[in-house]
Amino acid sequence: MSDWPLLSLTIFLPLVGAGFILTIRGDAEIVARNARYAALWTSLITFVLSLAIWANFDTSTAGFQFVEKANWIPAYNISYHLGVDGISVFFVLLSTFLTPLCIISSWQAIQDRVKEYMIAFLVLETLMVGMFCALDFLLFYVFFEGVLIPMFLIIGIWGGSRRVYSAFKFFLFTLTGSVLLLLALLAIYFEAGTTDVPTLMKTVFPRTMQLWLWLAFFASFAVKVPMWPFHTWLPDAHTEAPTAGSVILAAVLLKMGAYGYLRFSIPMLPQASAYFTPLIFSLSVIAIIYTSLVALAQDDMKKLIAYSSVAHMGFVTIGIFTFNVQGIEGAIILMLSHGVVSAALFLCVGVLYDREHSRDISHYGGLVHRMPKYAVVFAVFMLAAVGLPGTSGFVGEFLALVGAYQANTLVALLATTGVVLGAAYMLWLYRRVFYGRRIRDHLKEIVDLDKREIAVFAPLVALVLWIGIYPAPFLDAIHASVVGLIDQYEAANAIKAATGPARP
Amino acid sequence: MYAATVFLPLIGAIIAGLFGRLIGDKAAGWVCSGALLLSALLAVPMFIEVAVLDNPRDVELLTWIDSGTFEVSWALRFDALSAVMVLVVSFVSAMIHVYSIGYMAADKSVPRFFSYLSLFTFFMLALVTANNFLQLYFGWEGVGLASYLLIGFWYERPAANAAAIKAFIVNRVGDFGFALGIMAVFFLFNSVGFDTVFAATPGLADETFNFLGWEVDALTTICLLLFLGAMGKSAQLGLHTWLPDAMEGPTPVSALIHAATMVTAGVFMVVRLSPMFEYAPIALAVVAIVGASTAFFAATVAMVQNDIKRVIAYSTCSQLGYMFFAIGVSAYSAAIFHLVTHAFFKALLFLASGAVIHAMSDEQDMRKMGGIWRAIPITYGLMWTGSLALAGMPFLAGFYSKDIIIESAFAAATGVGQYAFWLGVIVAALTAFYSWRLILMTFHGAPRADEKVMAHVHEAPKTMWIPMVVLAVGAIVMGKLGFDVFVGEGARAFWRDSIVVLPAHTALEDAHDVPLWVKLLPLVVALGGIILAYIFYMFRPALPGLVAGRFRAVHTFLVNKWYFDAIYDRVFVSPANAIGLGFWKSGDGAVIDGIGPDGLAAATRELARLAGRLQSGYVYHYAFAMLIGVAGLVSWYLFQQAG
Repeated sequence: MSDWPLLSLTIFLPLVGAGFILTIRGDAEIVARNARYAALWTSLITFVLSLAIWANFDTSTAGFQFVEKANWIPAYNISYHLGVDGISVFFVLLSTFLTPLCIISSWQAIQDRVKEYMIAFLVLETLMVGMFCALDFLLFYVFFEGVLIPMFLIIGIWGGSRRVYSAFKFFLFTLTGSVLLLLALLAIYFEAGTTDVPTLMKTVFPRTMQLWLWLAFFASFAVKVPMWPFHTWLPDAHTEAPTAGSVILAAVLLKMGAYGYLRFSIPMLPQASAYFTPLIFSLSVIAIIYTSLVALAQDDMKKLIAYSSVAHMGFVTIGIFTFNVQGIEGAIILMLSHGVVSAALFLCVGVLYDREHSRDISHYGGLVHRMPKYAVVFAVFMLAAVGLPGTSGFVGEFLALVGAYQANTLVALLATTGVVLGAAYMLWLYRRVFYGRRIRDHLKEIVDLDKREIAVFAPLVALVLWIGIYPAPFLDAIHASVVGLIDQYEAANAIKAATGPARP
Repeated sequence: MYAATVFLPLIGAIIAGLFGRLIGDKAAGWVCSGALLLSALLAVPMFIEVAVLDNPRDVELLTWIDSGTFEVSWALRFDALSAVMVLVVSFVSAMIHVYSIGYMAADKSVPRFFSYLSLFTFFMLALVTANNFLQLYFGWEGVGLASYLLIGFWYERPAANAAAIKAFIVNRVGDFGFALGIMAVFFLFNSVGFDTVFAATPGLADETFNFLGWEVDALTTICLLLFLGAMGKSAQLGLHTWLPDAMEGPTPVSALIHAATMVTAGVFMVVRLSPMFEYAPIALAVVAIVGASTAFFAATVAMVQNDIKRVIAYSTCSQLGYMFFAIGVSAYSAAIFHLVTHAFFKALLFLASGAVIHAMSDEQDMRKMGGIWRAIPITYGLMWTGSLALAGMPFLAGFYSKDIIIESAFAAATGVGQYAFWLGVIVAALTAFYSWRLILMTFHGAPRADEKVMAHVHEAPKTMWIPMVVLAVGAIVMGKLGFDVFVGEGARAFWRDSIVVLPAHTALEDAHDVPLWVKLLPLVVALGGIILAYIFYMFRPALPGLVAGRFRAVHTFLVNKWYFDAIYDRVFVSPANAIGLGFWKSGDGAVIDGIGPDGLAAATRELARLAGRLQSGYVYHYAFAMLIGVAGLVSWYLFQQAG
């Protein structure tokens, strides 16, 4: 199996499925049905394929595995280069794991243009997986920006009432970043003569150039994370997106920025990364405290979860820039955990939205009387979001904070306040939605989770507990690559310390 | 086998939680109680093997987190200290499970209740058997969760919901310190395992590190951070506000979680960490001062409460203060001794008050009780037993455990010790006073409830009073039984390495040789308190009102619980909401979006509007513009030529 082009298969199988769905013709009802099943089976097979990647993954090496390389534009030294390492492998899995769940959750929620919707999701999957596998900067850029197109369509066509404003806001934020990233890409190409990522990682860029390149990367990645103050597109995009769109947005798209730091900023620009660490720390700490307080004031469930995402990603960016094993591994685990938990929370909101067509917290109350199963499921994810030990949220958050403490006590102290605030806004949300004297009149007929919904939530609950109680299989796979990254970073900064002047 | 003690409650919780509806209320209750009884039964041979025959051991279960040098396993530690705790927790919990079968019989979600209660017990057992900081934290947060769920058990009541959230969040404030403490431990010791950390502590006694820019003593800082966690969980002054509100939960919950076990987790934690605290004298002094102050504060407030459960809640808070100041003078085993006896008599008091509430048709206000002692003699007798033990009357549990704490404080012969000693004596008097105030207001005098309620007053069913009798036996004999082993001649041989006391810290040994007046003083003032209570609430019922009127300011101060809640609400809760709203509306809305996307959009629109205005459609406008253009071009051309 190992000589199969496993990564290419995983990337392009969804696209093949999308092509197949395109050919479905006939009665609207039957088209919709067939499109759903075709998309589900495609995404399930893709998931199984991606499991093969994990099964054959060698945890002892820091290098790239399952490497595929073919000439793409030989005249310009640009190639189709794929590979995964410990840092990217789980993001591939996260994408392939969530896509089938998204498709199942959209089974009834999406009733018009089902065919196009399913195609958009499968194309999105191809682009996401491709982005995490790409080892050529140009290829990465194509996937990285390409992801936005199906996402725009999903928000714009199947979204809520204010979708135009949201898409527009998102566009303004990301456009600036994308242009600068493209400029940086060109500059790198002219300096190093290649866009091959492993080669670029070994290239040492001049210090001043590093600083400029880093800022250009930052402009693009910080918007995607999103870091404060580039986060205001997120609550709007989430509220307008359909449930499955929010799921992918929160679970995978938000990880693209942080992944960018790990894959590009730190290994290619180690000196600039060291130089700008205080900036990242400051913005992250502000993000944690600021957005947690804002989350406390929300009346819209999706907005509240969106703001909590910004706070959680603050822990991630702190962890990444601690440059120690616990910090970075914690950040990666927290990203995985947040991928699962935020996805699940948006799916939870989707459950209510499907029934009541309202996201207002004040519309609900006392739901536990009618929906006990749903209340339990929601509680599990709420506790994971709060970072209760034994859930996935704790492992990532605590490791990231342990890393932060070693890097900077003040940052650790301020970030830890997020643990208190996080509990406050999540419990307050839970109380208003689920508890209360009795069910409100207009909710008298609301029904509990059905079998299909339980099938969606069960694997998510299992994963939350698995990562929380026995994260060793994940940490093992991540470890070698993280150590490699840190070694590289330290070596680069040691050279600087030996030859160059101290940091200005 | 040992692991079964810890995991049986979890199995019970899962069965009751998932299949509760299927198997019905009765079965769910008995499954959980059965699991707990079995767990308690298994704890006995474990206790004998580990503590009596001196075979401590760690049971490794599974790797948890392994990230670089940060290595943690799921593991259970059984030594003298955890054996005592496991025995007490499983035993008291089993009794309270059985009691709940009767108490909760009429409730509509019995399986859920038992599931939570057993889940709590599992977390508590995981907490006391932790062999590293992180698992301690796991149990710590776990019991916090269970406490949240159980306080908010009656989710129809807004007050219960509010109390549940308050408990969780105030505890999180303490956990904030705890978590930072663990991070600091890892930073200093490069490990979070108890063995490694304790072994390295003596060598790092004078180590300093940089904390927030200051160069501080490392161990003192770590111990203080960890103690913040203990203050939250054990409701010490400043972080105590959640405990009285937690009485919104069902009474068995108050007995198990908010009296006998969970709230003592803080005490247990500091005792477990005695190898570290011993090398941090400043931290120990802080522990003593906080403990003594809490004991005093809570006892004063308990004197003016009218809710029967709140009186006992403040009493718990106060007794926890005793345990902490014992720790502060290095009398760790005295603290654990009091923890054990307190678990019995306080659980008994709560269960008895539950029986009263049950009998009074869910009335909790003592002003609406009275005159019922003849109707419920068993409960009355049990309440007396519990109160006598609490007040430290001779030969009952509290007499041994509380007096040794007060004597240790005296024997410490330090300023802090004196502070603790005198407050401890005053609190002994206050304790006796509020205990008999409770008894007299609840059981004696003229009935103040209406006839319908009075006609209903009845003794509790068997499942309720049998566990109470068992606990009462404990409250009577535990002191005498435990004294020698816990704090007397046999103490050193019993605790061995599980508690570390530096040779210079001899308060506990010296406590046996204090002057006679020190030994007698607590008893004398307690008797005084009882007599005073009789005068106030039996013989001269007009007196309380008179005194309250005379000292109006003091009374108001106490009734308002020293204004902690009001101040917190003013300083933290309201501003947090206002700031959040402000950040959202002005920060995100006006500033970031205003300058960013919306500002850009507005600017573009404005530009377009201006451009649009030029196209007015009037020919003379265009002609004029053309003329101006031509004039401009020509002038520019001429100037160029000239230049």
